[in-house]
Amino acid sequence: MIDLIASLVPSSIAVHAPILLVLAPMILAPVAALMPNGRIAWLLSILATGTSLVMAIVLLSQVRSIDGGAIISYHIGGWAPPAGIEFRIDALNSMILLLITGIGFLASVFCWPSVVAEIREAKRAMFMAAFLICFMGLCGVASTGDAFNLFVFLELSSLATYVLVALGSSRDRRALPAAINYLLMGTIGASFFVVGVGFLYAVTGTLNMADLAVRLQDVGDNKAVLAGYAFILVGLGIKAAMFPLHQWLPNAYAYSPSFITMFLAATATKVAIYAMVRFLFTVFGLDFTFEGSSLIWILMPMGIAAMIACSFQAAFQTDVRRTLAYSSVAQVGYMLLGISLATTAGVSAGLFHMLNHALMKGALFMAIAGIVLTYKGTSLNDFRGLGRSAPWTMTAFAIAALSLIGVPLTAGFQSKYALVDALFESGWSWAVAVVMFSSLLAVVYMGRILEAAFFRAPINPNKKHKEAPLVILIPLWILALANIWVGVQGGFVSGLANDAAASLFIGGAR
Amino acid sequence: MNSDHHVILRVVSKALIPVIALFGFYVQFHGDFGPGGGFQAGVIMAVAIILYSLIFGIAAAMRAITPGFVRGLAALGFLLFAGVGVWALIQGGDYLDYDALLGEEPGGHHGQHLGIMLVELGVLFAVSGSLVSIFYAFAGRVSEIRDEDW
Repeated sequence: MIDLIASLVPSSIAVHAPILLVLAPMILAPVAALMPNGRIAWLLSILATGTSLVMAIVLLSQVRSIDGGAIISYHIGGWAPPAGIEFRIDALNSMILLLITGIGFLASVFCWPSVVAEIREAKRAMFMAAFLICFMGLCGVASTGDAFNLFVFLELSSLATYVLVALGSSRDRRALPAAINYLLMGTIGASFFVVGVGFLYAVTGTLNMADLAVRLQDVGDNKAVLAGYAFILVGLGIKAAMFPLHQWLPNAYAYSPSFITMFLAATATKVAIYAMVRFLFTVFGLDFTFEGSSLIWILMPMGIAAMIACSFQAAFQTDVRRTLAYSSVAQVGYMLLGISLATTAGVSAGLFHMLNHALMKGALFMAIAGIVLTYKGTSLNDFRGLGRSAPWTMTAFAIAALSLIGVPLTAGFQSKYALVDALFESGWSWAVAVVMFSSLLAVVYMGRILEAAFFRAPINPNKKHKEAPLVILIPLWILALANIWVGVQGGFVSGLANDAAASLFIGGAR
Repeated sequence: MNSDHHVILRVVSKALIPVIALFGFYVQFHGDFGPGGGFQAGVIMAVAIILYSLIFGIAAAMRAITPGFVRGLAALGFLLFAGVGVWALIQGGDYLDYDALLGEEPGGHHGQHLGIMLVELGVLFAVSGSLVSIFYAFAGRVSEIRDEDW
């Protein structure tokens, strides 16, 4: 399937796939902004994300063409690295690019009815342009091999995100403080990151990540490198909503336009986690003594704290979107726990859970977008009886919810199983108990929503039987079925995660 | 004539604004050879417009240079920059490879010169357009609570 699509793309285009992937949304964003009509901008955004998706598939097939994973290096402006900016795609990059572009494509297909309902007409073209810039920034982060370029793309996507979150204000005014809060936290995170990169540049004199990795090995014990390491870890931790730096996330997810919540929940924090993994494993490398201890003493406790504390918080929310937002922070905890094991199996389980989490949260928030469109409210009370009045939407929601809990035959089960396996392998059997407990909490908080939707009578029995439009239902069911597909036959997705993790460990300073 | 006490400001700024704009162009085209370039020039050009609207009022400035125009200018500048890169792609080079722009023999540098000129022009448009847009957005904001309601 992948090779078939890749073979349809002419080779003259395929050699430029790394840049075209970022270029399609980059060029179509200003064009969309100039459009007088939001609908044309929407069609342009589908074109852009679709092109990027095809390019991501081409890249994946190129990376897989060699056993052990090829590394594709693209030199911007013909300047060779380390002086020039390089786009560097390996198995990890191609995995995360496939995630962003796949979710981005589905999101831009489904978004139109939701955008019409929630965004004023005069702003729709600019809104779609901002979405494309956000998408482009995330793709850029996932493709670049240059530490400073990564910062630029991270900021581009974040700046667009602040705007997008604030535009939720026409539905709920609380979007404005949420956006400002996110802006302040996000800017602090980005500044920390760039300060850290500055320290590394001062010590090594290079910004290319592969080159940094080589030169850092010769530097040895150096206080500036340690400071840079700490700044980068905290900066990216804020962006990734690592506990306890996640305070911006629940409000930003709860009050932004439904379509943006869905896109951000499925991609934005994942990209920050990718950047963190890239720096921890590739740039600093596992031999870096500070890092070994920081993984165990920082990432692991934070991950576990997130899994428990945020799952509890999720269980006490009365708004469905806030429940899911807290659950997102808890799920980031699972990913960090896997990564903190620092074994191939652990990192692979963390990345596998990251992919699956995108599938389930994407489906959940997409279903909520459909509910917001037809029934407006998102509080737990508003969800009463929805299982009967909107069966298609809520069945997809239920599938994704079961996947989030980790019921067998769903994606969530596969990745939690992989995580538990990796934990046993490293002898952390006590952490398995924590995973189980956190999953039980997930049963509680998702169970409340499912119980309200399927077993309670509607508040208003005269509520009309009303389903979300097909343009929402089709992408929603694609995601919901993907959850089952990965659960039954997870080979493809877990293979992506395995290759990515393996490339980190054999790769090192390549 | 109740605005007469601004007469000095108006006369001085009328003389200054063309000079500021001219200096903006100087910085723009000097950018090839020395310090300067699109970003700085864009800021200076935007300053000329912002100064005008501070002295003569935001409404007059928006009549002369409409918000739609500056927004389009910003998008156009972005497109120009990216378009140079795409042109290089079409000519068979890597993205933004100026050497490929004119398809020259190795050693020719006209492509480099043309490329940086166009890119800097794109930066000028994008920066001045966005700065003035941001200024318009803040200055032209109508307060949601009327003053009497306080």
